[in-house]
Order: sequence, then structure tokens, then C-alpha cells
Amino acid sequence: MELLLVILVGVFYSSGIYMMFRRSMVKLLIGLMLLGNGANILIFLMGGLTKGRAPIIDEQHKAFTDIYADPIPQALILTAIVISFALTAFAIVLLKRVYATTGSDDLDSLNIQDLDI
Amino acid sequence: MSTNFILAPILVHLFTAIVLLFFWQKVKAQKIISVIGNILAFIQCVRLFEMTLENDYLVLQSGNWQAPFGITFVADTLSAIMVLLTAIVSLAVGIYSTASLNESRIRFGYFFTYHFLIMGLLGAFLTGDIFNLYVWFEVVIISSFVMLTVGGKKMQMEGAIKYVTMNMLASTIFLTAIGILYGITGTLNIADLAIKVAEIENKGLVTVTSLLFFIGFGIKAAVFPLYFWLPSAYHTPPSAIASIFGGLLTKMGVYAMFRVFTIIFEPDHFTLVLFSVIAILTMLTGALGTINKRSIRRMLSYIIVCHIGYLIAGLSLYTELAFVAVIFYLIHDVIVKSNVFMITGIIFKMRETVDMSRLGGLLKDYPKFSLVVAVVLFSLVGIPPLSGFWPKISLFQEAFKAENFALLIMLIISSFVTLFVIARLWSEVFWKDSPKPITDEMDHFAEFSLQGKISLIAPIVGLALVSLFIGLNANSVFKVSEKAAYEMKNPQIYINAVLNNQDNK
Repeated sequence: MELLLVILVGVFYSSGIYMMFRRSMVKLLIGLMLLGNGANILIFLMGGLTKGRAPIIDEQHKAFTDIYADPIPQALILTAIVISFALTAFAIVLLKRVYATTGSDDLDSLNIQDLDI
Repeated sequence: MSTNFILAPILVHLFTAIVLLFFWQKVKAQKIISVIGNILAFIQCVRLFEMTLENDYLVLQSGNWQAPFGITFVADTLSAIMVLLTAIVSLAVGIYSTASLNESRIRFGYFFTYHFLIMGLLGAFLTGDIFNLYVWFEVVIISSFVMLTVGGKKMQMEGAIKYVTMNMLASTIFLTAIGILYGITGTLNIADLAIKVAEIENKGLVTVTSLLFFIGFGIKAAVFPLYFWLPSAYHTPPSAIASIFGGLLTKMGVYAMFRVFTIIFEPDHFTLVLFSVIAILTMLTGALGTINKRSIRRMLSYIIVCHIGYLIAGLSLYTELAFVAVIFYLIHDVIVKSNVFMITGIIFKMRETVDMSRLGGLLKDYPKFSLVVAVVLFSLVGIPPLSGFWPKISLFQEAFKAENFALLIMLIISSFVTLFVIARLWSEVFWKDSPKPITDEMDHFAEFSLQGKISLIAPIVGLALVSLFIGLNANSVFKVSEKAAYEMKNPQIYINAVLNNQDNK
């Protein structure tokens, strides 16, 4: 399971970066989303995978006696998902606006102002 | 000392922003509420600064979950300095924006976003939890996205897309670094991380993680080679927004770098050499970028990049005296950079342009204003005894002592280039005669009511006075910087204050 996730993280990061290098704005956005998802899975993976052990102490004990699934990475991922959701929503609106003002999906056509000093 | 007061400045801005929502579309009410909120927050921040200096550390374990289990808020001297600077700049820019921005921008929630931005900055400076720092960073960048893009023209959109992309990428890298760090240590509290990271035997992994943090913060702080979004974005929004961005946003990245590389990671030789090289290249590219610019705001954007190099240079020297110089420089830089952007806004109102070749004659038409600007520009260049001089000279000394001559030469060259471009700015804009006759319809500054003029000029004069105070009263500023530098160099104090807080409550 770990190996599968490791490969998945690698695929997410590499395809995300590849997509960001393309010239289209929509592909740039997809690249950023892939990178964000890759980061989330990475946190999940780094927290350690433990199957079927809820982090709940049963009545007879006062502390954890056995290995348990760490809940913190999931809390972190949840926060990160919400944030990246908001950022993505904003970025989509921004790209739509940029397309409306410039009439182009090509990132290379957005360098006009840098030529002017 | 454990106290809830640490959250007060954050909460004041939060409530101000919420109250502003009820006055949507009511421009005048929004202006008044915003100024009141800024003044209240300013008072809280000054109080927080005083309390921190008295007690060394203020710590809040939120929800009474003891560190490292809960989210901790910590105010040490460095955070307190940043909070105070944020308070000063946010008050000044807040007052300035009431007059400088057009009504439609205010109607579309400018002040609402502004207060969230300041709240995020304060949170980032006060938190003691690395993931919480990430969340505050996101609060700041979302607010800054809105401020940068609202009412966008084509030029603004071009800058915004670079800004948004680079900042989202920086956040992802930062998040990746947090994920790896959590995986190898199992904690998120900065103080606890410091202990756990020191115990790890796989030093290579630690260095790689620390460099991931450096890249994430480096994009935000605009260091070479990740700075290019800054000059293409910072000159597009109205000057009030550029002023808060130029003064505080990049410094947030530098602050986070200081925090992470003094407490969590002890930089090894390789990392310090890397910092040194990056500092040199940042100063070089920033300085070269300023030379051929005709627009004042484009030139200032490159000056920001150039001076970020100074701060990284101090970090790369990694001695206590270098930290003193850097913190002093940070204090000076935040105040002066915000001020020059506000001044540019007023010049734009006076002449409808910020192109240096088309400006001129301001000294003749506005002698008193020019005098204030002269003080600010002299501080920026670092003419003794004004504020930029003291930290620069200490930084030169430290670079000399460390025998890092490449860094020393670059510090001096970039200092000269700053002097050169500022001198050119002064002679082009203020001394030389205006290239074309001034007509009344060009001067939008004269159209303002007396109240409007005061709200435009008072913040500039106020910040100029703060610069003067820093320069003339350098001794006391040095004392505060020394305290902060001592704490940075001895992270054990921070760790003890956070983790052993329950004992002395």
C-alpha cells in the first residue's frame, strides 16, 4: 500500500510540474491542482498508514496500549483541502477574467508589460 | 508568561472586518470603522510589544492544550517587533487609503480584505505552530490576491497571474515540507520540532527538508531566482495596496525564514554558503534591475528585491551581531518601503504619471512635501544619521569579520546603486524643471478637500518621523534588536518558554 502511494505521489508531482510548464493557462491551473493533491497524499503517507486501529482508548485502559492510526495528518489534509479548494475557486475566476480582458489562453502573450520600462 | 492578550490584535482586526461586512456599499461608514479598528489594533499592538519586552515571552496554549499537543501562540522579541511594525504600517496605510482610493474600490470590500490581510500577518508573526503558520500564510495570500486583482485592467491581470501562480506554488512547497517534517518528527509545534529535529540522525533528509522550507519562503520573500513575480506585480495595483505589499508581505517570508532557520534547523556549512550565494545574486539582480527603469514604481519594486538580499545576507553570516544588524534593517526597511510607495501615489496624484522622464519641478511647486520626501529617501539610501545607515554599517563589519569578501563587496555595490538610483530619482522628479507646462487639470492633488489632503500627507509625515526616530534614537532600537538577536541565537530560551510553560503559571 505504501509503495502504491509513493508512486502515486511521484506521478502527481511530476505531472503537476509538467502541466505548469505548458503555455495554456488552464493547464497551469490543472498543474497546480495536481501538485496540491500530491502534497495532501504525501502528508497522508508520511503520517504512517495503520489499518483498522481507531485512535480511541477503550474503557479498561488509561493510555494507548497498541499501535493506532494517527489522526493529525487527516486533520492537516482536511485543512489543506479546504484551503486549496478556495484558492482553486479563486484562480478559476481569475483565469476567466484574464481570458476576458486579454482574449488569450496563451501565457506567453502575457509578457507585454515586462517589455515596457 | 501565559496570557490571552496575545490574541487581542488579531481579534480586533477580525471583528473590524466582520463589522465592515454590515456596512457593505456604505463608503463613509467603512472608512470611519476601518480607521477606528486600526487605531484600536495599534494600541493593542503597542501594549503587546511592551508586555513582551517586560516578560521576555508571552505564550498562549489555545484551549489549554499543553504544548506540543495544542496550537501555541508565542510572542518573543522578534514577533513583538514585527507586530509593532505591522501596527504602525497598517495604521498609516489605512488612513492613507481612505483618501487615495477611488470609491468603487472601497465599495467592493477593500477595507474588509485589508483587515483580513493584516489579521493574517499578525497571526503569522505570533503563531508557534508550523502548520498554523501555513494557515496564516494562506489567509494573507488569499486577501492579497483579492486586493491585487479587484478592478483589474490588462496590466494588472498580467501581474496577478504570475503572483497567484508563484504564491500557490510556494504554498504547495511549504505544505510538502511540513508533510515531510511531520513524517520524520511526528510533531508540529515549533519548539518541539527543534528538539526532535536535533535528535534525527539522517542529517541529509533534514537538510533537504530545510531547503524545501527555504524555497517556499524564498518565493514569498522574493529571493533570486524566484523573485520575478514581484517586479511584474507590485507596480500594478493602487499605491496604497503596493505600499502594504512592499512593506510587509515580502518581510513575512523573511520572518518565517528567520524563525525556521534559527529555531528548528541549525543551518550547516552547505546551507550557509547557499544563503550567501543567493544573497549576493539577489542583491546583484535587484540592483541591476533598478538602473534602467524610468517608472518610479518599477524601480522601487527592484529595490525591494535588492534589499531582501541584505536580510538574507545577515542570515547567511549567522552571528549574533549580524542578526542585530538584520533586525535593525528589517525595522528600518518596513517603515521606509511602505512610505516610498505612498509617496509615489501622491506624486501620481500631483502629475498623473510616475515616469521619471515626464516628471519634474516638484521641489518648486511643493517645497514642504519635498522636504519630507527628502528625509525618507535619505533614510532609504542610508545617509548618516538616518535610519538606513546604522544597520548597513554593522552588516558591513560583520561581513568583513567573517571574511566573506564577495558578500561585503556586493553589499557595498548594491548600497551604491541604491544611492545612485535614488539620487537620480531626486534630481529627475524634484530638481529638474517639468518637461511640459503644468496645467491645473493634471493636478488631482489640489482637488482634494483639506481633510483628504491631511489623510494623504499625515501618514507619510508620520512614517518619516518614525524613520527619523529610528535613526536619531538608534541606541534604543539597537537594544531591542540585540535582545531579539540574542533570543534567535539561543533558541533554548524559546523552547523552554513554550514547553515548560505549565510550571511557572
